[in-house]
Amino acid sequence: MSRIERTFSTAGRPVFIGYLVAGDPDYEQSLEAARTMLDAGVDILEIGMPFTDPLADGPTIQQAHQRALEHGMTQENVFRMAATLRREYQSPIVLLVYANHLYARGIPDFYRSAASAGVDGILVVDLPLEESEEAQRAAEEQGIDHIFLVAPTTKGPRLNATMERASGFIYLISVLGITGARNELSPQVLDLVRRTARASRIPVAVGFGISKPEHIAPLFAAGAGAIIVGSAIVDIIGRDAGRNLPGFITAMRNACDACAPKE
Amino acid sequence: MKKGRFGDYGGQYVPETLMSALEELDDAYARFVKDQDYQQILSRYLTEYAGRPTRLTFCENLSRQLGCNIYLKREDLLHGGAHKINNTLGQALLARFMGKKRLIAETGAGQHGVATAIAGAALGLPVEVYMGATDVARQKLNVFRMQLLGAKVIPVETGSRTLKDAINEALRDWVANVQETHYLIGSVVGPHPFPQMVRDFQSVIGEEARAQMLEQQGCLPDAVIACVGGGSNAIGIFHPFLKDRVDLHGVEAGGKGLDGNEHGASLCAGRRGVLHGALSYLLMDGDGQILPTHSVSAGLDYPGVGPEHSMLKDSGRVCYHAVTDDQALDAFFLLSRTEGIIPALESSHAVAYAVELAAQCSRDDTLIINLSGRGDKDVGEVARLRGVA
Repeated sequence: MSRIERTFSTAGRPVFIGYLVAGDPDYEQSLEAARTMLDAGVDILEIGMPFTDPLADGPTIQQAHQRALEHGMTQENVFRMAATLRREYQSPIVLLVYANHLYARGIPDFYRSAASAGVDGILVVDLPLEESEEAQRAAEEQGIDHIFLVAPTTKGPRLNATMERASGFIYLISVLGITGARNELSPQVLDLVRRTARASRIPVAVGFGISKPEHIAPLFAAGAGAIIVGSAIVDIIGRDAGRNLPGFITAMRNACDACAPKE
Repeated sequence: MKKGRFGDYGGQYVPETLMSALEELDDAYARFVKDQDYQQILSRYLTEYAGRPTRLTFCENLSRQLGCNIYLKREDLLHGGAHKINNTLGQALLARFMGKKRLIAETGAGQHGVATAIAGAALGLPVEVYMGATDVARQKLNVFRMQLLGAKVIPVETGSRTLKDAINEALRDWVANVQETHYLIGSVVGPHPFPQMVRDFQSVIGEEARAQMLEQQGCLPDAVIACVGGGSNAIGIFHPFLKDRVDLHGVEAGGKGLDGNEHGASLCAGRRGVLHGALSYLLMDGDGQILPTHSVSAGLDYPGVGPEHSMLKDSGRVCYHAVTDDQALDAFFLLSRTEGIIPALESSHAVAYAVELAAQCSRDDTLIINLSGRGDKDVGEVARLRGVA
């Protein structure tokens, strides 16, 4: 059983996935932020590999990518950061990367480096089903979960094919659009989560726009196995050097815990 | 060949949210090309509105000076001043065929933005154009032109605040508004079906040039030369010549020289990678980060290139070269003075390479240069560079 599977199978409540951009604002501070997140209750850590042109991301995360690159963040340093965290924590680590990261390094080499850093799953933001064969093979060879995105516009045979090939968890983009914190969860989102969770054999993690503790219970009730919080965390890291990070993570984690069935 | 691929290149490297829109576009385009009514409307717009066919002009003075026969394919004579309108009319009509209510586009120098604004105004579709804030500041006249034509120009403050960031922003808009919006990509770049679709819309250039050459001179040319940024004018004129015994030359922005980083020559000096939805040659560092580019010509100032060009480079069917800013500027003056035709700075790169190639040609050899656009838009910039204004 992979670390990711184990995390889901033992949780009994929504799994809390937290995202940050490696190297934002610099290597040391982002490593420290990652530790804070894991200490304060993030179950799975998602690490974004900085890219000059992160076209699926909104302004908050895009600026984080830029800050990291300005401070000299490299692929090598992302792997080093993952390896450091792997030595200190048991929690699963997932990398979010763009396709050009893979092509620049070479796909087999990329997955080998990730595996030896102790990475558990990789999601390539701009590698849809049609383009993912080689990456998926490399992931399997290295024992890394290949995480796929599904969107509100993913339907029918395409949804089924994606579900079939994904491992670890399904990353459900809850809205049309880019990453970014949003205030309200729409009824359509809950319906989408319900439909996707019913169709999936692996847990469904809901991302894009989740920023408040009160978002969590309705999503869990609709069938979400996990919630993913990105922009809200990146925003805190960018705004006040992460001083409010422990408080925010704890509040979100408490909301996850509150969903667990009462003894 | 796999669907949407040119050899290894091309593909659909986009976030999942866009896949349904690309699928819808692919299906609609396949129906559109078979729809006789729409094809007739397009053909009417291209002739009556845009001004096709454009002329193939024999350059008597330049031919004498360079020692071989030089013809220009006159895309500069089109409405709007460049080949861009072949594509924007085609896609805007396709958008209407698909029932889309809104067009978005990105632009660097502003030419594609203007061409999209023209097509939107002509076909009654509102247009919003993303443009890097740096480009908005240095291309004020084109910004005003777009506004005159009823388009909304949205300055992009992210990244390097130039064309590639405008593309990122347009893609983000499309992700959020795919249902009612068509993203009108301006070159043979982006995910499938854009590279193929834009090539088809631009192939009218080569089809005309080929027929005109046979009619005017009785034989095919020895070589065809075109500038390459994203590569739409080049693929448009090359494509109908691919099966002929005609040498094809693509000319990239050599900027301040290929030994440094200040150029836009993805094919001559780049590596394989993924940007804006396609696998192609790119200017990037060893970590996969996209490099900043430079060209005197804003239309060639782009770190990627159309995937079909990447295939044509690998196969050797097209030779790609780079000429520097200075060579392009010299050619800008040369054509203006010898023939009374002011070329776009983009097209000046093709003219500059023609000068090099002519040195190896005999008197009977015939070259066609694709004059992709006229230079009115560049006159101010050239004056500034030469210290005149």
